[in-house]
Amino acid sequence: MAEPNYPDELRYHREHDWVRASGDEAVFGITWFAQDALGEVVYFDPPAVGDTVTADTSYGELESVKAVSDVYAPATGEVLEVNAAVVETPELVNSDPYGDGWLLRVRLADPASIEGLMSRDDYVAYLEGLG
Amino acid sequence: MTRRTSLHSRHETLGARMGDFGGWSMPLQYDTPRAEHLAVRERVGVFDVSHMGQIEVVGPQSGAFLARALTNDITQIGPGQGQYTLMLTDDGGIIDDLIVYWLVDRAMLVVNASNIEACLTRLQELAASFEVAVSDRSPEVAMLALQGPAWVDAIGPLLATPGPLTLDYFEITEDQLAGVPALVARTGYTGEPGVEVMCPWDQAPALWDALMRGMAAPAPCGLVARDMLRTEMGYPLYGNELTLDRTPIEAGLRWACDIDGARFAGAEAVLAQAESGPAERLTAFRMTDPGIPRTGMDVMHGGERVGTVTSGTLSPLLDCGIGMAYVRADLAAPDTELSIDVRGRQRAARTARRPLVDRSPRTD
Repeated sequence: MAEPNYPDELRYHREHDWVRASGDEAVFGITWFAQDALGEVVYFDPPAVGDTVTADTSYGELESVKAVSDVYAPATGEVLEVNAAVVETPELVNSDPYGDGWLLRVRLADPASIEGLMSRDDYVAYLEGLG
Repeated sequence: MTRRTSLHSRHETLGARMGDFGGWSMPLQYDTPRAEHLAVRERVGVFDVSHMGQIEVVGPQSGAFLARALTNDITQIGPGQGQYTLMLTDDGGIIDDLIVYWLVDRAMLVVNASNIEACLTRLQELAASFEVAVSDRSPEVAMLALQGPAWVDAIGPLLATPGPLTLDYFEITEDQLAGVPALVARTGYTGEPGVEVMCPWDQAPALWDALMRGMAAPAPCGLVARDMLRTEMGYPLYGNELTLDRTPIEAGLRWACDIDGARFAGAEAVLAQAESGPAERLTAFRMTDPGIPRTGMDVMHGGERVGTVTSGTLSPLLDCGIGMAYVRADLAAPDTELSIDVRGRQRAARTARRPLVDRSPRTD
């Protein structure tokens, strides 16, 4: 998508990752800002199903023509599923970062930890602060 | 302080992402690099390459002077023709790679933006023994590269005469495009047929606008797509493959050196290395594992570090990572299995002949 977009129902991490939580399960992805900064994504190097990803720590890499970026876990949990569509067609991260371009489905170690992340408004203000 | 070309406002209007390149603010991309790459391979694209330098040589001893200053055999070309060539230090180090054109009354060297000063210094040093005048025309000259199989459709309607359409590869002629006086050369850096157009600095916007109004308007393309296109062809880039620390023999550019005549500055060093054989040679490679090689990554073989990646990108045509690297000379032959150290992980790669893709800039 060409225009900045930050859905209300998501929570945001300062490394430009989003999380959509439902009970003890959550979906992770990267924000519009992150995919725009990275440019057209050409590879996603994901963790394995069953791995534990740790909050504030890199769990994989997204690679574009011009750069490589670590992807940070917004929360700790066990990987239930890797988005195979993104592994196959990485540019989904650019075309639909909050939909078909999701990266991981995880079982959260502590669902309440999500509350510590930024709301949409907090994240947008944070982005403005980055200049 | 970054410098701007006369087309800067056009790039901004088109929403280009700009980036610093050799001290110039240049368009990196307007659309996605892959879309721009495809436009050049299948239709036609246009690049602003006004940052490149133009150095003029005039005088009765221009031929002898250029035979001394440049590595290729200048006697192979006449008026209206150009030639890929190199400028070397006395030790055989590469000062620049460039194209020299014979025009009716002068020679024109088109050099890399970052090397204009170094080229001028070297030329003036060598010019002391010849009756020639060397002058920098770069500030007055803008340059557009129109590349892709449909280049004729894009440029044809703007031409005053059909002359540019009948040029052979590496030939050059004067014409007018939409009333703008221009030098049109059948050259490029993409592996596709096309032309490079030099015109007065201030008239480039008018030429750009005329091209964009055409029925077969070229897709504006940035440096990221240009890097994909030239890497697919295995064309070296100064600063990456070519530096003062590398020689034509190491870079696989012996073909651009007049070894038999050996009149050029640096010839002794080049001949000596051609004889002894270099420790490292440039090779192209493609990744057989996922990932994109990046400049500076280590090349490994049998657990040992055997070289360094100088360029890397994605090949949209091959749909894999590709690159070039200097490797131990015995490993530079095509179809050698190597690995690239991608942030601590060994990713498989295989050396390959250049070009990495099957294209020919000669055919229309």
